[in-house]
Amino acid sequence: MNRQPAVSELTKQKSYDVIKIRDDFPILKIKVHEKPLVYLDNAATTQKPLFVIDRINKYYSTMNSNIHRGVHALSGVSTEAFETARIIVKRFINALGKNEIIFTRGTTESINLVAQTYGKTNVKEGDEIIISHMEHHSNIVPWQMLCKEKNAKLRVIPINDNGEIIYEEFEKLVNEKTKLVSIVYVSNSLGTVNPVKKFIDYAHQFNIPIFIDGAQAVNHLPVDVQELDCDFFAFSGHKIYGPTGIGVLYGKVDLLEAMPPYMGGGDMISKVTFDETTYNELPHKFEAGTPDIAGAIGLGAAIDYVSKIGIENIGKHETELLEYATKKVTDIPGLRIIGKAKEKMSVLSFVLENIHPHDIGTFLDFEGVAIRTGHHCTQPVMDRFGIPATSRASFAMYNTKKEVDVLIEGLKKIVEVFG
Amino acid sequence: MDRELKELYQQVILDHNKSPRNFRKMDNASSTAEGYNPLCGDHIDVYVLVEDDIVKDVSFKGEGCAISKASASVMTSMLKGKTKEEAEKLFNKFHDLVTGKLGNDLDTDELGKLAVFAGVQEFPVRVKCASLAWHTMMNALKGKQEKTTTE
Repeated sequence: MNRQPAVSELTKQKSYDVIKIRDDFPILKIKVHEKPLVYLDNAATTQKPLFVIDRINKYYSTMNSNIHRGVHALSGVSTEAFETARIIVKRFINALGKNEIIFTRGTTESINLVAQTYGKTNVKEGDEIIISHMEHHSNIVPWQMLCKEKNAKLRVIPINDNGEIIYEEFEKLVNEKTKLVSIVYVSNSLGTVNPVKKFIDYAHQFNIPIFIDGAQAVNHLPVDVQELDCDFFAFSGHKIYGPTGIGVLYGKVDLLEAMPPYMGGGDMISKVTFDETTYNELPHKFEAGTPDIAGAIGLGAAIDYVSKIGIENIGKHETELLEYATKKVTDIPGLRIIGKAKEKMSVLSFVLENIHPHDIGTFLDFEGVAIRTGHHCTQPVMDRFGIPATSRASFAMYNTKKEVDVLIEGLKKIVEVFG
Repeated sequence: MDRELKELYQQVILDHNKSPRNFRKMDNASSTAEGYNPLCGDHIDVYVLVEDDIVKDVSFKGEGCAISKASASVMTSMLKGKTKEEAEKLFNKFHDLVTGKLGNDLDTDELGKLAVFAGVQEFPVRVKCASLAWHTMMNALKGKQEKTTTE
């Protein structure tokens, strides 16, 4: 019987060896415009280690079969591999039970799922939902759609000039009409790490459930959903070195039990007649249709991989890079950092005086440097700072100070050409 | 600088980016149009003053990258005095140029100032930057009210 590769097959990481880590990522060896690739677009998506690619490859080569209810051998193997991935996720964020882990396509789908199920059942006309000014569009639009349908109101907690949520304003916004709070843990465009525990505890004083968007958090800092005591938590596989198309929704079991299903179809039922359907138990109630089996297994592999290196070690390495880059960019005339929160991780967003981010992006591309330019799906943040777009370098476990130097040199050249 | 990059960011483009021509709001415009590129959030307003079918004046305001700004600036400097029909012909020529439809044998004499945008065809993601001002100008000439978007 084919088993998934055990974690012990990974080399033990004694100290943080970035060169060795880089060797695990085949794509980091490619060249762009004849220059070595400097991949600094990790907040958009991370690259995949061979460990993940191999496990997906192994699944398709030796285990592929549809899961659940199959009586043949392969179906048993794939079901076990898929459900093992769920247990890996459960342990990774320390959920109470594996039935609290719902596989989705990503953070966006996880948020939509809660808006369309929990939201539709619990939010009534005149009610309020609170989000912050630094949310990604995916944590704005699903709530906006819900509010429009229910004639409810979306309330927004303002942020200050450093790009931090003004906590006192949050307390002021909470009232008896508040039905849900949804806040990002780490901002994708500013890098701000929000003190989510404080928000959770305050919301709970009024029995208001709170959703934490963890898309940019799980790959940088350890997350324990029981310790946080959040009601919902979501993240995407592809931002934590796993495949695209797979993500996670965590929800407290009693909340998930009370919620109606999201989509109807196979796997989410226990009995169907034309008169009535009995829904399946958790987590399957929310997983209609054949899921992304290989994706879930790949995500499990990614979590095994990062856990071996250690999220704390990764976070520490990225913070060193961010501090180094933040210091280095002060040499560049006309550069202004957007997002100066005291608690910040992995993201360096900036604007250059009179030079548009898209020109910066094209120039850096020719130096082999991949960064993201634009509004980063956070247009309200751009409006808040009165800019149309920023350039964003975002760091991951495999980036080096030398790569930061390549970025800085590239930026200096741009200033020369446009200055 | 890399050859392809040099062709995209020619000195003329850098110059127009730094000091764009006709970069002003026009109070007596006979028509204006608004253009928007949702990809990057770039935004442009194009103002035209048309009298007896002739573009007497044309100007723009807005924010954008060097390519879009230079494109708008060069456009305004070329359109003054042209008939609406001539303006449309120029628009078509420009569009064919940046989308690579003119191929490699470019007649630079015929293209005139537009020739500096030949490098854009090598950068498919930047075609929208170069053509936003032109699409917006066409809408202004046609008196179309809806916002022009590149999507």
